Amino acid sequence: MIGVLALQGAFAEHESCLDRLGQEFFEIRKREHLDRSMDALIIPGGESTVMGKLLRDMDMDSILKERILGGLPVFGTCAGLIVLSKRVVGGSTSLGTLDVTTIRNAYGRQLGSFETVAGFDGKEIPMTFIRAPYVESVRPGVKVLSEVDGRIAAVRQGNQLATSFHPELTEDLTVHRYFLEEVAGVM
Amino acid sequence: MSEDRYKLNKELAQMLKGGVIMDVTTPEQAKIAEKAGAAAVMALERIPADIRAAGGVSRMSDPKMIRGIQETVSIPVMAKVRIGHFVEAQILEALEIDYIDESEVLTPADDVYHIDKTQFKVPFVCGARDLGEALRRISEGASMIRTKGEPGTGDIVQAVSHMRAMNSAIRDIQNRREDELYETAKQHRVPVDLVRFVHDNGRLPVVNFAAGGVATPADAALMMHLGAEGVFVGSGIFASGNPEKRAAAIVQAVTNYNDPAKLAELSYDLGKAMVGINAEEIQTIMAERGQ
Repeated sequence: MIGVLALQGAFAEHESCLDRLGQEFFEIRKREHLDRSMDALIIPGGESTVMGKLLRDMDMDSILKERILGGLPVFGTCAGLIVLSKRVVGGSTSLGTLDVTTIRNAYGRQLGSFETVAGFDGKEIPMTFIRAPYVESVRPGVKVLSEVDGRIAAVRQGNQLATSFHPELTEDLTVHRYFLEEVAGVM
Repeated sequence: MSEDRYKLNKELAQMLKGGVIMDVTTPEQAKIAEKAGAAAVMALERIPADIRAAGGVSRMSDPKMIRGIQETVSIPVMAKVRIGHFVEAQILEALEIDYIDESEVLTPADDVYHIDKTQFKVPFVCGARDLGEALRRISEGASMIRTKGEPGTGDIVQAVSHMRAMNSAIRDIQNRREDELYETAKQHRVPVDLVRFVHDNGRLPVVNFAAGGVATPADAALMMHLGAEGVFVGSGIFASGNPEKRAAAIVQAVTNYNDPAKLAELSYDLGKAMVGINAEEIQTIMAERGQ
């Protein structure tokens, strides 16, 4: 059972990916929803400032942080990467469990949004970047899974996977499959 | 505009889903909105309620004011242009605005033609009262739709009726036979391809928000129940007694629209709501602009 953080943003798109992979999921909109047991968590794209505020206002941040540090497999895309990052340039930190430095809105405004094809864990896949961040640097223990034009676009630190692009917006399920198989071990 | 660009523009709207887009008139208000959890801000010179009160011609905002807001917040910044005023839109594109609202709140510049939005790289959101209007705007290149509602009134009745009209027309199309879609397209005055999309998918091909008259957390939740994917709040926040608290409450109400106990808590002691005007008592019907 996968929990999908559904406070704001493109969570429905992730749910559709999970559907296609035959995975069951539930939406997390408030603290009580965290009482349900889950095998893994997805933090979707959206606005990281909104998600950060709602996590704080609804008292969900410390419990999630504790669970992720305790080994709960988590996958963050775009805003989800920012929410997980320990250091954020141009924004504030939220859960801060992933030992990387991330630059928010690193490609500028909407005119800087783009699509490309690039390698992820050795496989070429389509990638969509929307007002995207990128990872400026990683600490030891964090593995870089993808770089686009010399900028880090995907990282993994043990149970945590994060991408600066949106795999949930393309038909390609490589990254979701990687998360469910390699990181969460539920497939 | 290339197909890729249009897709990216629709996808930015997808990232705003479940969020609240707030009208702001100064960098200070923009900061308050961002802190309260706005997913984006709409920069404009006067909120709709004041535009309504002042009368006269209402135009695109001064680029200086828009720049000021862009420099203050890190969330997407939108701004309005008059219906049909493609030069105002070119100016906003030059400012690298994140989204242009071709809006009936401003005085229309063209009483026949809307902007050919396919000629722009930046995305457009447009208002609609029914499915035909929504699909016409989409065929002109809009990558996001919102109900028109009746701006600046604090009266939710028009937004409700527009959202219901859109969704009941969508359900109607879903139930039609394939060979009836040509006639349906004619009735709605829209391309048959868009009607076919609605028939096959049961929704608009772009994200659809509620706008026009949202004043309380309950209003926002009501619109989410009726099928909105997020809400615009115009005058409802900064014309109220406690903008910070009301803004934050509306943000949470959109996430928890299905949780009455939470909504009760959110509605508690918000201070004075915007006074509001009954949508039937007003003289300028903004929703009738640009069909």
